[in-house]
Amino acid sequence: MAVIIDKSTKIIIQGFTGKMGTFHADEMMKYGSNVVGGVTPGKGGTKHLDRPVFNTVKEAVKETGATASILFVPPAFAADSAMEAADAGIKTCVAIVDGIPSHDMIKIKRYMRRYTKSGKMTLVGPNCAGIISPGKCMLGIMPGHIYKEGRIGIISRSGTLGYEAAQQLKNLNIGVSTSVGIGGDPINGSSFRDIIEKFETDNETDAILMIGEIGGPQEVAAGHFAKENMKKPVIAYIAGLTAPKGRVMGHAGAIVSAYGESAVEKVELLKECGVTISKNPSVMGDTVKKVLGKS
Amino acid sequence: MDIHEYQAKKILSSFGVTIPRGGIVYSPENAENKAREIGGSKWVAKAQIHSGARGKAGGIIVCNSPLEVAQATDKLLGKKLVTNQTGPEGKIVNRIYIEEATDIEKELYLGLVFDRSSESIMIVASTEGGMSVEEISKEKPETIIRSKIEVAVGIQNFQARELAFGLGIEPALIPRVSDTIVGCYKAFSELDATMVEVNPLVISKQKQILALDCKMSFDNNAMFRRSQVSELRDKTQEETKEVYASDRGLNYVSLDGNIGNIINGAGLAMASMDMIKLAGGSPANFLDVGGGATPEKIVKAFRLITMDDKVRVILVNIFAGINRCDWVAEGIVQALQKIEVKVPLVIRLAGTNVEKGNEILKKSKIKYIEANTLEDAANKAVKALGK
Repeated sequence: MAVIIDKSTKIIIQGFTGKMGTFHADEMMKYGSNVVGGVTPGKGGTKHLDRPVFNTVKEAVKETGATASILFVPPAFAADSAMEAADAGIKTCVAIVDGIPSHDMIKIKRYMRRYTKSGKMTLVGPNCAGIISPGKCMLGIMPGHIYKEGRIGIISRSGTLGYEAAQQLKNLNIGVSTSVGIGGDPINGSSFRDIIEKFETDNETDAILMIGEIGGPQEVAAGHFAKENMKKPVIAYIAGLTAPKGRVMGHAGAIVSAYGESAVEKVELLKECGVTISKNPSVMGDTVKKVLGKS
Repeated sequence: MDIHEYQAKKILSSFGVTIPRGGIVYSPENAENKAREIGGSKWVAKAQIHSGARGKAGGIIVCNSPLEVAQATDKLLGKKLVTNQTGPEGKIVNRIYIEEATDIEKELYLGLVFDRSSESIMIVASTEGGMSVEEISKEKPETIIRSKIEVAVGIQNFQARELAFGLGIEPALIPRVSDTIVGCYKAFSELDATMVEVNPLVISKQKQILALDCKMSFDNNAMFRRSQVSELRDKTQEETKEVYASDRGLNYVSLDGNIGNIINGAGLAMASMDMIKLAGGSPANFLDVGGGATPEKIVKAFRLITMDDKVRVILVNIFAGINRCDWVAEGIVQALQKIEVKVPLVIRLAGTNVEKGNEILKKSKIKYIEANTLEDAANKAVKALGK
């Protein structure tokens, strides 16, 4: 079993019958993901893309045994949908949507505290590309063909920069076990640390490439975790060397507002944790290759 | 989104925070009348721009008569104020806030922000009001007290009281200071704010607790449900090209360099800027046209970049994921039919259907420099500067 999802993982699409939901559900099915149905309130009982549509996530879980979901609902309704998934017993939920208010994200995370650690849903995103375990399952919106099957775990805030990394690795004939997009928002469902911890215990992953950016404490927190708890090598690139202080760089979370949040400071702090730094974004693949050569 | 001081004061006042009497004016005559209406014998004319440190830039004038208020208003209106937060181009003053002067006994600092590590709302307070929070944490870090608020239940009175006592407030004034803190918290949480700052929060000689200067910022992602807040947006305070971009769904930040960027995805955009710097160049902007990068968006992006006189080279870097390079290439060709580009153009396409995309570009009559990798693109863009 890959780290979060696998070939057999049963997936439902929340916001199934919308334009985005339809397009990406179809892409996921073409990739081989096991999409078993979807939810659109009010359209329960119908069929879409040859799969059943349900009114509620609970109903969908009961009828299909789904354990994963992916959200294609507008930002205003996203928090509600994520909490509905958690409450229905979904284990992994990916929120692709960009534009969820921070206050709503906090609300979702507080809501999820009612579950025990083992019963808690893994929320990935929002504002992310999703998860892919090449050759097994795609629960996201990435171009599946750029990922080669292999043993590197990727965690990235940015979608396209994650693609860039996957392609650099592929060009070097290095494959990916699982790539997780955690998204560019200031408050997200899973942090770098949450995912890096999963990779450490994953027997299909040998090394982890972490692609971070300016803003927030998460990259460094993952570095500290790696230093104290991990045996597998961690490689990191931090984007935003030229970003001015106090400005939001596209991602709502990409803003330097305190010490330790600029790219230069993050790189320094990560080095202290023993993380290997990819000096620039064009050598992410090469840096991984070098580290693999050593171990 | 940022708002003006007078707007923030109006909001906080509706949440029970006391503010000095005042009003907004747009002309000297208006100002003189407003001063008489407010009454008293001393006023302050405050230039309304989206920046702190206005005092040092001459944006705050103390006046001793309604006539002086009119004169101060006349002096400030239409002026460009340059502070350490506005950048060298400064910000234009279109509105003046006239306020009764306050006899200050003590200045305090009160700020509320999201704390990203604990994912809660953090209240920061200090006895050293009047300085910026960065200055306080550098020079008097021991005076800073903090309180993390559990958002699920909101602020409790004891937390506000603890902060007030922590500031060394005399017992008789504790309830008013606590109410002020609670009011600021409620404004923050009920209006989707990302920052509330009252600096200084003052104790007047008459023992009133007054918010003398206020700043509020809001979550752009929540503006769909905060129409009363979004109406407060003042586009004259934002950079022209940034307003143009945000009105068209483009993520754009204007920078000082001369290589214009058109990129899909915020992370890839930052990474490309990093590569330009490493190659010895300097980016003119950050521009994320979005993961989709539709042809329409690409046309808009070219319009935006060609508005910038600093730009001497344009770099396009698109990693096609769910969209396709052939589609992106068609967008570029379309854009260049509509918009005249007088500077060298470097294009790097990657991802889905890259061969088809490059073929379309080659067959078209557009003049451009082809690049294959991120590094290649940055190097070629910097090299093209010399031409």
